[in-house]
Amino acid sequence: MTQINPKQTPMSKQEPQVRAKNFNEVGLGYTKEEAIAEAKRCLKCKKALCVSGCPVNIDIPVFIAAIMEGDFDKALQVIKAKNSLPGVCGRVCPQEDQCEKKCILGVKNEPVSIGRLERAAADFGKDNAPVSVKGDKEKVAVVGAGPAGLTIAGDLARIGYQVTVFEALHKPGGVLVYGIPEFRLPKAIVDQEVESIKKLGVELRVDQLIGRTFIIDDLKKEGYKAVFIASGAGFPKFMNIPGENLNGVYSANEFLTRVNLMKAYLFPGYDTPIKKARKVAVIGGGNVAMDSARTALRLGAEKVFNVYRRSRKEMPARVEEVENAIEEGIQMEFLVNPIRILDDGQGWVKGLECLRMELGACDESGRCRPVPIKGSEFILDVEQVIIAIGTAANPLISATTPDLKINKWGYIEAEEATGQTSKVGVFAGGDIVTGSATVISAMGAARKSAEAIAEYLEKSKNEKQ
Amino acid sequence: MYKIISRRELAPSVKFIEVEARDIAAKVQPGQFVILRLAEPGERIPLTVADFNRSTGTISIIFQEIGKTTRELGLLKAGDSITNVVGPLGQPTHINKVGTVVCVGGGVGTASMYPIARALKEAGNKVITIIGARSKDYIIWEKEIGAISDTLIVTTDDGSAGEKGLVIKPLEEMIRKKEKIDQVIAIGPVIMMKAVSHLTKSCSIKTIVSLNPIMLDGTGMCGVCRVEVNNETKFACFHGPDFDGHLVNFDLLMHRLKTYPEEEKISLEKCEHCRK
Repeated sequence: MTQINPKQTPMSKQEPQVRAKNFNEVGLGYTKEEAIAEAKRCLKCKKALCVSGCPVNIDIPVFIAAIMEGDFDKALQVIKAKNSLPGVCGRVCPQEDQCEKKCILGVKNEPVSIGRLERAAADFGKDNAPVSVKGDKEKVAVVGAGPAGLTIAGDLARIGYQVTVFEALHKPGGVLVYGIPEFRLPKAIVDQEVESIKKLGVELRVDQLIGRTFIIDDLKKEGYKAVFIASGAGFPKFMNIPGENLNGVYSANEFLTRVNLMKAYLFPGYDTPIKKARKVAVIGGGNVAMDSARTALRLGAEKVFNVYRRSRKEMPARVEEVENAIEEGIQMEFLVNPIRILDDGQGWVKGLECLRMELGACDESGRCRPVPIKGSEFILDVEQVIIAIGTAANPLISATTPDLKINKWGYIEAEEATGQTSKVGVFAGGDIVTGSATVISAMGAARKSAEAIAEYLEKSKNEKQ
Repeated sequence: MYKIISRRELAPSVKFIEVEARDIAAKVQPGQFVILRLAEPGERIPLTVADFNRSTGTISIIFQEIGKTTRELGLLKAGDSITNVVGPLGQPTHINKVGTVVCVGGGVGTASMYPIARALKEAGNKVITIIGARSKDYIIWEKEIGAISDTLIVTTDDGSAGEKGLVIKPLEEMIRKKEKIDQVIAIGPVIMMKAVSHLTKSCSIKTIVSLNPIMLDGTGMCGVCRVEVNNETKFACFHGPDFDGHLVNFDLLMHRLKTYPEEEKISLEKCEHCRK
């Protein structure tokens, strides 16, 4: 038996100095040969723990075995049975905390690079699924064409339901198109995967803001027998510090939407503008903060600070993305808390006043509370501030659906196993239930809900008969 | 795609279009707006719904050609289509019977005022409308808004029609004469809404203004439309566009509207077909 390589097959990336100046994808993906070599590291465990680590339970050893044989079409087909967005997930899932974390190889060596293999399957595999017409089972409405909405639409269409997805923006994809930058997730990949979901017979309607164009009860009147709400993250949070409404202060949502959805990086070829600043501070420690900082750099900033009030260890961003950001030259300012945005006297940002912090008492999970160090105020010399500290629930749907229960933060209350809300026939999943989380966790919730909705519709049909 | 059913010029650089948008026409209320995008690679811009017809499924939009997108929109003809129109957005204007309401419309704000004034009239209010423009040629919607107002006062900056002066003048006069005014609604240039609010604040007449900050998605997601009302930050696309004029920080709004002057200039310069 050949020795298994203890290390993962590395994936080539654009060089940091080069990629910091373009919007092309950073990770270049495996070649077919590299993918086959990496696939051969898989132990083909009978009781594959990796599958249990995957929120949508992809049959991981089976698709890896197909890659091992060089059959990328089959690998893609296996993944697509469980996941309609392999090209997306292969790029943006935090595999290190999910499937790869459970990989037996990882106990002593590096785990199989399942994420990169998933991407390779999507990159090289051809989707041979035939074009389907709309099914003949009940009509189901899905609110939001983001990761959760697209997933459930695909899942329900595959088993014959007539699915219509209502998207508020002019383009489907949700956070995949407005939030995650081109250099991490090329929009052509999202378009392709959206197209393949449409091929399943899913109807996608853009420019439809549920809560305004229609309310949930309208959808029921229109004959939709079940509704799945996956309206996403919602309102950007601000810090409530002085100076937040100065010109030059962006929410990360605005900054990224301008650049990604509206392609402001191609201005004036595209009409939507963005301010290109020389020195920028991004506040926050998550993936959205990393995306914002790296985007600012690519727009031409000379200096980008990432300001985070805890230390590197506590950052919610993926380790890989933090490493990428540092390699590209983002200056990390850990244990720093912004307290005021300075005005240049003309209503534009002139600097960011901060306080140094130290870690104080830790909670049960080991996450320590940052406490300010007295008299440690200092000013970061920046002309643009991007606030990436998360989002709050958008109250539009709950305000127009009085019998839909929400929790104290405004998120929709839904049963974890099914997505069932307080309203009969209405289910919900993704960020509007959990608050900001990951693409794959939203997809996992959608997958569970798809089963629950199918069950609910079968049951109500039988009751009628 | 949203088809343009009819189109005409109301004044120099001010155009009217009627657009087929059945779902929006069915739901829209006075005071609400839409966001449209002409086509790739266009931007999204907010425009107030000036009228709607639920039976024909159309909405009307009146706009001034200022930047690239509005100029391109002005070039479209009946039969052409707009790729994206989403709405209705924002909270509808509160329509109650309060007694006498003075509706102040400046420039294209007059068009936005029309459905509100009509609803106020239908709710049983006495509606006094003051509309203002630069000169005679720029007065829009006079006949329409006149038909649903108890009194219509027209002002022009140069006196070429109606009373000479700004819209605030007749309002000042009414206040001076102690005429009964229960509420004022002002829609128009920020500077006008600021002046009206300043005047009515001094005599405690409730005043509603409709704010027009920069917007992007219009659903509450991006926060670019934040305005300060009573020292609190609000999102105009979601909490507004109507706010209590006495509490609005108009200077901030004016300043935030000037975020992209250089970019707007570049856009126009690059746009050969929309140059006049």
